[in-house]
Amino acid sequence: MRYLPLTDTDRQAMLAKIGAASIDDLFVDVPEVARLDGPIHGLPMHASEMAVERHMKALAAKNLVAGEVPFFLGAGAYRHHVPASVDTIIQRGEFLTAYTPYQPEIAQGTLQMLFEFQTQVARLYGCAVANASLYDGSTACWEAVAMATRVTKRKRAVLSGALHPHYAQVVKTMAHFTGDEIADALPAITAEPDLDGLIARIDEETACVVVQYPDILGRISDLTPVAEAAHAKGALLIVVNTEPVALGAIRSPGEMGADIVVGEGQSLGVGLQFGGPYLGLFAVRDPKHVRQMPGRLCGETVDAEGKRGFVLTLSTREQHIRREKATSNICTNSGLCALAFTVHMTLLGERGLRELAAENHRLACLAADRLARVPGVEVLNNAFFNEFTLMLGGKPARAIIRDLADRGVLGGVSLGRLYPGVEALEHALLVAVTETTTEEDIERLAQELEASIKETV
Amino acid sequence: MNAPNKSGWKPEMQVSDDGFHGGPATVTGNRGLMLEEPLLFEIGRADVTGVDLPAVDTSAPTRLGGLAREQAIGLVGLTEPETVRHYTRLSRQNYGIDLGFFPLGSCTMKHNPRLNEKMARLPGFADIHPLAPQNAVQGALEVIHQLGQWLCTLTGMPAVAMSPKAGAHGELCGILAIRAAHEARGDAREVVLVPESAHGTNPATAAFAGYRVEDIPATPEGRVDVAALKARLGPDVAGVMITNPNTCGLFEKDFREIADAVHAAGGYVYCDGANFNAIVGKVRPGDLGVDAMHINLHKTFSTPHGGGGPGSGPVVLSEALAPFAPLPFVRKDDAGGFYLVEEENREERGPSFGRMTAFHGQMGMFTRALTYILSHGADGLKQVAEDAVLNANYILRSMEDILHAPFGASGPCMHEALFGDKDFTNGLSTLDVAKGLIDEGYHPMTVYFPLVVHGAMLVEPTETESKAAIDQFIAAFRGVVERALEGDEALKQAPYYSPRRRLDETAAARKPKLAYEG
Repeated sequence: MRYLPLTDTDRQAMLAKIGAASIDDLFVDVPEVARLDGPIHGLPMHASEMAVERHMKALAAKNLVAGEVPFFLGAGAYRHHVPASVDTIIQRGEFLTAYTPYQPEIAQGTLQMLFEFQTQVARLYGCAVANASLYDGSTACWEAVAMATRVTKRKRAVLSGALHPHYAQVVKTMAHFTGDEIADALPAITAEPDLDGLIARIDEETACVVVQYPDILGRISDLTPVAEAAHAKGALLIVVNTEPVALGAIRSPGEMGADIVVGEGQSLGVGLQFGGPYLGLFAVRDPKHVRQMPGRLCGETVDAEGKRGFVLTLSTREQHIRREKATSNICTNSGLCALAFTVHMTLLGERGLRELAAENHRLACLAADRLARVPGVEVLNNAFFNEFTLMLGGKPARAIIRDLADRGVLGGVSLGRLYPGVEALEHALLVAVTETTTEEDIERLAQELEASIKETV
Repeated sequence: MNAPNKSGWKPEMQVSDDGFHGGPATVTGNRGLMLEEPLLFEIGRADVTGVDLPAVDTSAPTRLGGLAREQAIGLVGLTEPETVRHYTRLSRQNYGIDLGFFPLGSCTMKHNPRLNEKMARLPGFADIHPLAPQNAVQGALEVIHQLGQWLCTLTGMPAVAMSPKAGAHGELCGILAIRAAHEARGDAREVVLVPESAHGTNPATAAFAGYRVEDIPATPEGRVDVAALKARLGPDVAGVMITNPNTCGLFEKDFREIADAVHAAGGYVYCDGANFNAIVGKVRPGDLGVDAMHINLHKTFSTPHGGGGPGSGPVVLSEALAPFAPLPFVRKDDAGGFYLVEEENREERGPSFGRMTAFHGQMGMFTRALTYILSHGADGLKQVAEDAVLNANYILRSMEDILHAPFGASGPCMHEALFGDKDFTNGLSTLDVAKGLIDEGYHPMTVYFPLVVHGAMLVEPTETESKAAIDQFIAAFRGVVERALEGDEALKQAPYYSPRRRLDETAAARKPKLAYEG
């Protein structure tokens, strides 16, 4: 077995040292009823690298690879070009095979990287402090709601109808058990989000308002009035962002008065990976809220010789110290994804991120204009960044998406998939465009969409 | 044996006034291959980028709704060569499994096979979208289904929830399933019992799910006090969370009896499976009365720890809890295809307690874990558990003559050996021994956990170490322990030879500096 260094001679010598006659003597505390005599049934025996690789490649070959077809899916996971050096760095054994930096003297690499990561995220979000990551955007969203209930000592969260429905479901799942009240809604299919309607739902019992920016339909709008309305009632504004590249082109949530900004960081460095592992981002605008934050925080300090160094800090918020009084139960987070994000962000820098965002938006505008010329298709949004909603003139979007896949085009995400059973949303399609999209891809989508609409009843 | 120093060796310090050892100060602060590296924000520039993109045409019309960014973000960039060098230099200030022995108890720092990395990067797995039409991702759904089935086989459990993102998220999944099961029968219960030796995530999870947590004491031999636990059971107790093998490194031999008592009292049994690597392929938790158990794929099945994640925490479930499993889950249809059960599948979703995360779980970890299982097979996994347990017992018996092993008389340990600091003198503590091990070139063991042992040192060697490597560690460990027993003052300042000396954690917490300012 290529991964097991002990030889039988070693094993015998070690058993002798221990004073055990056989390996089974070391398992005497396992009750007879639960002990297996031989290798477990139902699993194959060990296999060579070559045989395993063959097996896995056969499975991989059954999937339609995003990069090999015209591809327009988004809705919380975006396909961006990841520079080659990102993967080289994250595969360095010193990062890949390290663990949570519990011994800071020999973990300065991870810790300094986390300090850089926290700084990048905080600045991108227009916030003061970001943590060292959570699992993904959706769990970060619940953590933000939970934090808002602690800060305000209120138990009611108002969700915008245009929050990613899976995020809303995660929040509702958790709130059901914690006894918090969640007021949610379906998105109105309108060119502009209904912020007045949202503001009208905020009252003195409200702990927080949760708004996505850009929202699930790709719309963007100034959230300053929502922040003001929330603050007037003593509530916090939580802004959720699922596409960090957008913040290279549009105002940051912090600038608009968001108190907690959370999001998905997958766009930078991480890749699609069928939904995970991803990267939960979490930041607060006001440093006074730091001690209510969930997850790990890396802070600057000095060592015994006075040299600058970094440590995990404010751990008294965390489960390994505070146990049932912790701000969250999270332990392992998304460290390596945070590294990928940070390396990608370092390669981009201010200039690169703004250029990347501009290129995404340029291509998205191009796609919106072209797709609007497909008979029976309308673009819903007035404003968008790199994702917008198409109305398909009464045609069922899910069937069209499946049909497009059969034609070799991954054409977007149907709202019918995200909001099953909601008739009003069945005819809408989310289309995302990034720098990886070519003008040929757009033309191909337009033509296949036109054909598919004609043939779909 | 290739021991670097014989037992009792003490470093002879040559510290110059400015803190450099054995030589003059350097202009750069570097010491040969030990390189200092500034912060990104001290070397990056706002107008530099390592990515070539089309120049921004500022005159092009936008549809940003008047929200175009006006303020600078405050980011800085580096070109590719500078980026690679910056992070490579940082990486060299880290200790990883690739570099040496990493006996961090309970964390299972075993070798990460590189085939797993290669397979996870196949475009057919890495470059597919979670919301792609299901007819376009059949292979991905098959991976989830296959891995799930094999996790059921290995644990002897009938069902599995694959979406939890890490161990603590898996705990949450199991506890929510327990709450949902009680709710479904109109039985409101408020308390979860957790042994005092448990991981901090256990009580935190139960509290996060809205339960009140009560501690159960440990016996002097390091196991759950069964009598105390039974005495506390009642109509208000929703369940217990027990780690098995436990955090003292012992198998809970009365687990079945505990489970039967909990079930008789109407509760459910959550098993923290963080230590499943000790028994994988040898023992099926399903035979012990478990209702829910998470499996840390990053421990037992060796997906990389990555400096703190990502993990992956699938949860196996009993017949009683299976109906409440979170969405989405993968099913196989009659034609051999695979499909996702989501919110819309009203009949098939049954009483599922809902969604825990946006998508389907840690696919990138699933492909690695599946590769690991295929590589090892049934025979290899059994050997994994046996070698992990053998190595831990070898360390236990090689140290107990000089180092307090509080449960050494309780019989063999499982995959980790637990020690305490009660015999150290001159105010020396577990922390000093840990820092002394850093100077010897080791990552220290887990320290001050579990809480039931004073100055706990939890040593988990794993199965991927050679006997020579373990012997060398034992020699070094004995050397440092002897210094602690003798009261060696110099140990209080260790480590001396790491990129940083002891860091001032109190100052970090008193005036938190959590982002670069400047």
